[in-house]
Amino acid sequence: MTEPGSIVEIEIPAGVPAAPPGSTEQRRSHGPWYLWVISLLIVCVIAVPVTSLALRLLDATDAAWQSLLSWQTVRLMVRTLVFTALVTASATAVGVSGAWLLARTDLRFRRAWGVAFALPLVIPSYVIALVLISASGPRGLVADITGVDLPHLVGFPGAWLALTLSTYPYVFLITAAALQRVDPALEEAARGLGASPARVFRTVVLPQLRPAMGAGALLAALYTLSDFGAVSLMRFDVFTRVIYAQYSGRIDRSPAIVLSIVLVAAALIVIWAEQRTRGDGALFSRKPTRPPSVYRLTPWQRATGTTFLAATVAAGLVLPVAVLSAWLLRGLTSGIDVTIPFDAIAGSLTGASLAAIVAVAASVPIVVLAVRYPTGASNALERAVYVMFSLPHITVAIAVVAFTVRYARPVYQSLLVLVLVYAAMFLAQATGPAKASLLQIDPALDDASRGLGRSHLATMARITVPLMSKGLLAGGLLVFVTALKELPATLLLRPSGFTTLAVRIWSSADELLYTQAAASALVLIAVSVVPVYYLSIKPKDVVGV
Amino acid sequence: MRRLLVAGAVVALAATACSSSDDRSLTVYSGRSEELIQPLIDRFEEETGIAVTVRYAGSADLAATILEEGSSSPADVFLAQDPASLGTVATAELFTPLSEEQRSRVPSRFSDPDGYWLGISGRARVVVYDSTNVDPSELPQTEDGFTDPSWSGRVGIAPTNGSFLAFVSAKILLDGRDATLAWLEGMAENQSPTFPKNSAIVTAVNDGQVDTGLANHYYLLRALAEDPEVPGRNHFFAIATAGSLVMPAGVGILASSQRTDEADAFVDFLVEDASQRYFAEETFEYPLVPGVPADDRLPPIETIPTPDLDLSLLATTLDEATDLVAEAGLL
Repeated sequence: MTEPGSIVEIEIPAGVPAAPPGSTEQRRSHGPWYLWVISLLIVCVIAVPVTSLALRLLDATDAAWQSLLSWQTVRLMVRTLVFTALVTASATAVGVSGAWLLARTDLRFRRAWGVAFALPLVIPSYVIALVLISASGPRGLVADITGVDLPHLVGFPGAWLALTLSTYPYVFLITAAALQRVDPALEEAARGLGASPARVFRTVVLPQLRPAMGAGALLAALYTLSDFGAVSLMRFDVFTRVIYAQYSGRIDRSPAIVLSIVLVAAALIVIWAEQRTRGDGALFSRKPTRPPSVYRLTPWQRATGTTFLAATVAAGLVLPVAVLSAWLLRGLTSGIDVTIPFDAIAGSLTGASLAAIVAVAASVPIVVLAVRYPTGASNALERAVYVMFSLPHITVAIAVVAFTVRYARPVYQSLLVLVLVYAAMFLAQATGPAKASLLQIDPALDDASRGLGRSHLATMARITVPLMSKGLLAGGLLVFVTALKELPATLLLRPSGFTTLAVRIWSSADELLYTQAAASALVLIAVSVVPVYYLSIKPKDVVGV
Repeated sequence: MRRLLVAGAVVALAATACSSSDDRSLTVYSGRSEELIQPLIDRFEEETGIAVTVRYAGSADLAATILEEGSSSPADVFLAQDPASLGTVATAELFTPLSEEQRSRVPSRFSDPDGYWLGISGRARVVVYDSTNVDPSELPQTEDGFTDPSWSGRVGIAPTNGSFLAFVSAKILLDGRDATLAWLEGMAENQSPTFPKNSAIVTAVNDGQVDTGLANHYYLLRALAEDPEVPGRNHFFAIATAGSLVMPAGVGILASSQRTDEADAFVDFLVEDASQRYFAEETFEYPLVPGVPADDRLPPIETIPTPDLDLSLLATTLDEATDLVAEAGLL
């Protein structure tokens, strides 16, 4: 980046950027045709599970529909939404606090803290739940070590803690990336005009973070909405449990599919809520040439901040690793055979990296259309991505199996389908950071490039995409680590003989073979350290902006 | 980095594409988990030279998958945890009958009367209890005793789990719909804590979260193998009811299979003495072939009181079982 940043502009764009010479009115409002062609292809992939679901709904029995209209459904729906709101609130609070502490203060060992703070991302939520259950209670690990009798961590507190720990890293990573791009000059101006640090944060920093926080909170909310493993182990009753119960308890799959419409409705509510609170959100500034200013902490603030980071890392990372290691050691000392699951490692890496590449490639046209050419259609496209993310994986998988077995037999049970489903389900994780980074790029740069005679495509390839690279990399790595821990869709859609670490952890734990489960889980965490290292706070040259 | 990933992916894709060109091969859909059965399948591959590709998933999932695939299923053999899943495939007429010789290896009460599937190992329904909190003499004679208010909040159940639903299906067949619903309502009234699966119940009993729970017998033995200190113990009901059933895991050959010789060899292998000993020693299940002893901590299978029930009928009451569980408010 060599562009001078001496003049700072924050604009809330009233409309679209000025048209370059020669472009037509229509192009200006709808965007170039090839973006739409690619987007339509993406829509087709997303449409497969959705239409397949719709077709199954037409076949559904009356009894299945009746289950929708019970008080039980309404009660659970309310409970699920309240639970989702609480988890999202705590995850956002933890994630944003961590991001600010690690991106903008003079706290020591920020790099190491950043990696540790982001790492809970890679631990599947059902593993976190299993570990919390095992560590708490009068016979748990914590009681064994400290001699303090802890209550059993189950029900609401357990589910809330497990999901907060599983989802705050999404908020943290996206917000941290945005914080690094906040222009210090604005804050300095506000400070110079006499505003207190708290006021500066509230009125200057926070509004600039709004798109990133919204994207992170949305991911956390939708993850919570569709989680089954952690809530069921914690025995906290939410909607996914009913869907799963209907699914596993019958050969007839239509009641489960009918019930998942309710979850889709809930997702739409959450997406709508995020959009409502965002306001005009589209906020960009010229790229700052200086790194953001560093806030000097007082000793008291330093102690509080360190305690907060330490407590979060202790619960989200140290405890799981300690419990898993304890299981592994206990098993090894009592002579239980443990194998290193090489086939599962290969399967996990292949599936997750292909999914990340496909998702990042797909996110670019969607985000460019949504941000640069905001029309009803481009907006709907972006929303569709989030709806896809919120669908319970088991529902998507059933729908895709039903579709491919009938209409796409050559790719039935193929790696291709698994990768496309991963990419479609987690596309929102790629579009979120991509959008946040694009929103911070001044559209005047595109205009300048096109004013100098570059085509749309060349401008995208030479200017827009390189400027977005930080967001794209972050998005790709998010998809990668999320796909690594995916379970229900993998179980149904994988090619025969294909296995992943998440599958092995689940199946070992399901049989109470904790030694082997612990070995596989520790491998999964180890495999994810490198991507998470890149994702957590890092110098700009790593990303090559 | 990205280029490297792409290269790796292409290699992996190519490897997947060429891996299924072996002459002697077999595709198995297995509802038994990889942990439990893969070592045995490895042994089969070594002994016979037949390459086995296994698809692991839940038994009910795979049964539904086979129904969707119909007569063009890639599967040659279906290996399932429970008679209900096998019965579903048998009812859809997608199995081919097994040979007399195969059927004669296992007592007929553990197999399909029409010979479409064969039991390979037994899983007894038991009460797991916390021996530090519960005296086994307090435990009831049948599951019906657990609806007594003295057991309020003390009996863990897994109402969405396949084994529990198979037990409810059996109870419907044995005691009738009304009695089964009354029992489920009694358990709900008693605020019985619900868990997602058997293994979670056994863990909860061992952790002291709940005093007792309804589960399959072998989970406790695996927990003891991982940690010999755990306080859980198995209790077998003394009277023959749905709660004392031994549910077989079993196997059937798909009618659409083009590899019947290999499939037959696989079924033969599973009921060999050596494989049956594997079930006894490694997965702690009951071997079903007479003469192969079970783990010596377990009561012999002949001594477990067993209700008179045609297991192939379980598939017919499975959906009703889920309806009743929902009606009782346990979902």
